[in-house]
Order: sequence, then structure tokens, then C-alpha cells
Amino acid sequence: MTDAAVVASGLVKTFGEVRALDGVDLVVPRGQVVGLLGPNGAGKTTTVRILSTLLKPTSGTATVAGFDVVKQADEVRRTIGLTGQYAAVDEYLTGRENLRMFGELYHLKPSYVRERSVELLEWFDLSAAADRPVRTYSGGMRRRLDLAASLVAQPSILFLDEPTTGLDPRSRMGLWGVIEGLVAQGTTVLLTTQYLEEADQLANDIVVIDKGRVIAHGTSEQLKDQIGGDRIEIAVIDPAAVGRAVEVIRSVSTGEPKVDELRVSAPVSGGSTVLVDAIRALDLEHIEVADLVLRRPTLDDVFLSLTGHVAEEETAASEPARGRSTRRR
Amino acid sequence: MATLSISAPIARRRPLWGWTLNDGLVVARRNLIQTVRVPELLFFSLVQPVIFVLLFAYVFGGAIPIPGDAGAEAYRNYLMPGIFGQTVAFAAASSTVGLAEDLHKGIIDRFRALPMSPPAVLLGRTFADAARQILVLVVLSITGFIVGWRITGGAFNALWAYILLLLFAYTVAWIGAWIGLYMPNPETANTAGLVWLFPLTFLSNAFVPIASMPSWLQAFAAFNPVSTLVTATRELFGNPTGMQPDYWPLQHAELYTLLSCGLLIAIFATLSVRRYARATSK
Repeated sequence: MTDAAVVASGLVKTFGEVRALDGVDLVVPRGQVVGLLGPNGAGKTTTVRILSTLLKPTSGTATVAGFDVVKQADEVRRTIGLTGQYAAVDEYLTGRENLRMFGELYHLKPSYVRERSVELLEWFDLSAAADRPVRTYSGGMRRRLDLAASLVAQPSILFLDEPTTGLDPRSRMGLWGVIEGLVAQGTTVLLTTQYLEEADQLANDIVVIDKGRVIAHGTSEQLKDQIGGDRIEIAVIDPAAVGRAVEVIRSVSTGEPKVDELRVSAPVSGGSTVLVDAIRALDLEHIEVADLVLRRPTLDDVFLSLTGHVAEEETAASEPARGRSTRRR
Repeated sequence: MATLSISAPIARRRPLWGWTLNDGLVVARRNLIQTVRVPELLFFSLVQPVIFVLLFAYVFGGAIPIPGDAGAEAYRNYLMPGIFGQTVAFAAASSTVGLAEDLHKGIIDRFRALPMSPPAVLLGRTFADAARQILVLVVLSITGFIVGWRITGGAFNALWAYILLLLFAYTVAWIGAWIGLYMPNPETANTAGLVWLFPLTFLSNAFVPIASMPSWLQAFAAFNPVSTLVTATRELFGNPTGMQPDYWPLQHAELYTLLSCGLLIAIFATLSVRRYARATSK
């Protein structure tokens, strides 16, 4: 018996010509949260679908709670809870009826399902809406019910496929709190997300995937260290001053500055004394700045340096492009 | 936040009738609750066949003579089993749309990740769609009665006729389910679910006697199970069948209907179950 709840090795999945997964290795230790991070089309959902028995891998193997996802699919299904990208609950049934239906389909005793439903509805703050059809629920309520539905049978392993996509910040924080509560009680979670902030907040371990391959793996801190520690970032007011600003930043930095329109950034070491040096140098050059910060790298930076592109939603393409400073929240 | 405190989940014992039927009924109950929660949909699905009765009885009725019988009264008795047959055939469309919606909304993904019996989702869908036809048949029968349709074949035969109609509804629901599993979205399902039903129901003796069709079409119409279903129910209700051309299915309408229902269910249930195992939301 290993200590890993989920082990995947060499997962490959092809859809016709498209290689959605190109050899994914993944380990989720028992009781931990692993975040699977990547842009749309990176293979996150395909990975979760294979691990939750919805898809068969073209090659490679995976076990969940020690059961093979292909040969022992039914045992796997008894152990896991799955919450997908859509709130996969019935709109016309009430919240309580939904939980009852899923409980019965898990082949649980009706009396147990009844008690468990009451408890889950209360825990997810849905008691008042329990007997209303789900189509009257808000987006956040649907997601909570969706998560509740995957918890009816008290799964020890939970797959959450982009659980907060499309939610407003308040609902998102609420759902994070719920997930943290589950983890505190010993649930193992594999979470996919394209929100770097979400992986940062919830996951012990982060696996970054892009184009069907794992490109980095480690804790949030380890990943940030990989691209160097702190960064200085300034925004100048006058576009003509960008060239001089680069020279100034280069004089205080430990690496090559990057320029994005009016923004100049570079890795630094030495903490806040660097800021003082930078301000002094900028002042000497008479460069007016709109913004000057020293910050730890975000996972955005990690992602950019690993893949050469930002972990951006395709749907965000309608927004005016603001290069790497584009952030989702 | 309170913690979840309940004892470990308690598994249920396998019921005598097995998990597939058990899970199928759970899903069927869900689909039937949907019907009750959207009364508008139910209302309009009842209005359409009622309008058909009125249109055919009063607009076309006088123009379509029934060989061997005379008058509009005879046509109404001839018409009603045809309307019944056509209406139950359209049960297939709700299976197509229902499954396409379930796929689209991701609920099929959830079902497939549960330790439930895989055919149960399809079983529940087809069963609920056929069961809904009971109410439709009641409303249609009352409408028919008002325009002058009469059952003269005895209560037992009438009951058997209704059972045949429901069996046929269940059969086409499987065809509809199979189509639904291939649909990229519910909008496409709305069209694809209906398009094959018009030729199926109109190239039959549901509204006009087969003898009035060109001869190459007569053969198709005679082997169309809608024709034999309608012929069988006409006989059972004691309604006029009109002049029937000399085809084996029409002369053994009840047997042919039962055989084709059995064969079609076997084929399309197999195809659908196989497809379901690979179907995931887009």
C-alpha cells in the first residue's frame, strides 16, 4: 500500500490527430491537494476524465486509491467524487431531490442518504433553498450543490475540474473555504484550474502542464524560486523614457530587464535597498514613474517563464491585450 | 463552519430486481419530475396532437374518402388510430433532445463517474418518455371522443391497443436516444430528433389509405411499422381499416408490430449502450 491516492504514469490520450495528453506523470499524496495548472487545451480536463474513468487512456496507466482506472473502474467510482466544469446537477429537481438521486445511484441506504442530504445542505448553506428547483439558484449556489452532490458518498478522493470558473470573487472565496474544510478532514483533492491564484491558495503541490506535458512540478514557493526571487517592476509615464529606464533597472538588477509597453521589470536580490537605489537612479535620470514595486513572483510569472506565454483564458481574448500584466483577478 | 459529523456511508443491499432496473427507475423518476416542473412543455406537447385531430377531422376529413366506408364520420374513426400512432412516434424526439441536453450540461459525465449501472440512464430516459405518452393518449382519446370517434371493439381489445401504442413509443424512444447520443448540442437535437419522424409517420396509412399511394411507395408504407401499428389498433378499437393492399405485414399487423418492436429495441438498445460508454460532454 503506497501513500499516494492517485498515481498516473505515462498517460497518453489522442483524439484522432490531436495528442491531448503526451505522457503525463502525476502523483497525489494521500490527504494533500495537488493543483493541475495550465491554460485551456493543456490537457487538464482530459487528465481528470481519465482518472475519474470517463475516458480510457490511449496508453499509460493510472491508479486511484490503488485501483486501476481501466480495469477496476467500478471500484474507482465508489471511491471518488467528481465536480466538473459545469454544475452537473438537474435544473428541474430541487437541491434535496438532486442529492437524493445521486445518493441512490451510489447505492446507499435511503435513510443514510436522507440524513446526509440534510447535513450537506446545511454545510453548504443551502438549507433555505433545499426545496426549490435548482434553476432558481444563483451560479454560486449551483456550484455548491454540485460539490455537495459529489460528497454524498463521502469520497476519500475528490476531483475538482475548474470548480470556480465563472464565479464571482465572493462565491469563489466561499468555495475555497469549503474545499479547505474538506482537506482539513483528510480528503485528497486533485484540482484543475487556470487561475494561478487558486492553485496558490489551495494546493500543496502544483503540477504545471502545457500541450499535454508536465512542464514543471513543485510547491508554489519552489516554482517561484525557479525563476529567481524578487522582481522589481516600474511603470514610466513618458514612452520616450522607456529606453533610459531599462538602463537604470539593469544597473540594479541581477538579470536582463523585460519591457512591456511602459512597464520594465527585472529580477533583483537584496530586498528593499534595491528600491532605494532604483528610486535614486531614476530621480537622477529625471524619469517620472507611475508605479514602482518590489514583489515576489506570482505563478503568472512562473507560467510565463516556463511556457513563453501567459496562462490566459481563450475567452479573455475579447479584452484589450495588455501583455503579461493581464491577470484574471 | 460546522464539520461533517455523520457516520460512514451505509451501502444498500442489492434489490431483488437488480441494480440496472433500480437505477433505471431512479433516473426515470427524475425525468418524470422534470415533466411536472415544466407544465408549459407538457401543455404544448398535448396541444399539438389535439390540433392535428381537429385539422384532419374538419379540414382534410371530407376530402379523404375511406374505401368501403362513407362520410366524414367514417374518416374520423379511421383517423384517430393514425393520430395515436403518429403522436406516440414523436416520443422519440423527446429522448433525443433530453439526452443531448444531459450530455451538454455535463450531467451524463456525473452519471458515468458514479458506480451506477451504465444502461440505467438510457433505460430511465426511454421509460419516462414512453410513460409520458399515457397522459397524451388520455387527452387524445377524449378529444377523439368529442369529434365522434368511438371504440367498438371491446374494453379488453382497447386496452391491448393502448399497450401496443406504448410499446411502440418505447421502441422509438430507443432510436431517439441513440440519435441523441451523437448530437453536438441541444439545438441540433431539436431538428435531428424530428426530421426522420415526418417521413416515418406520413409514409404510412396513418392519415390516408395506402392504396392511394403510387405503387413503389405502397411497399415501403406496408412494411413501415407505423402502418402495422395503426392497422392493429384500428382492428382492436373496431375502427375501419380501409382497403388494405396485399402485403403480409398488413395482414398480420399485430404480429409484425410486436416483431419489429422487439427487433428495433434489440438493435438500438445495443447501439445506444455502446455509444453511451464513450459519450462525454463537449
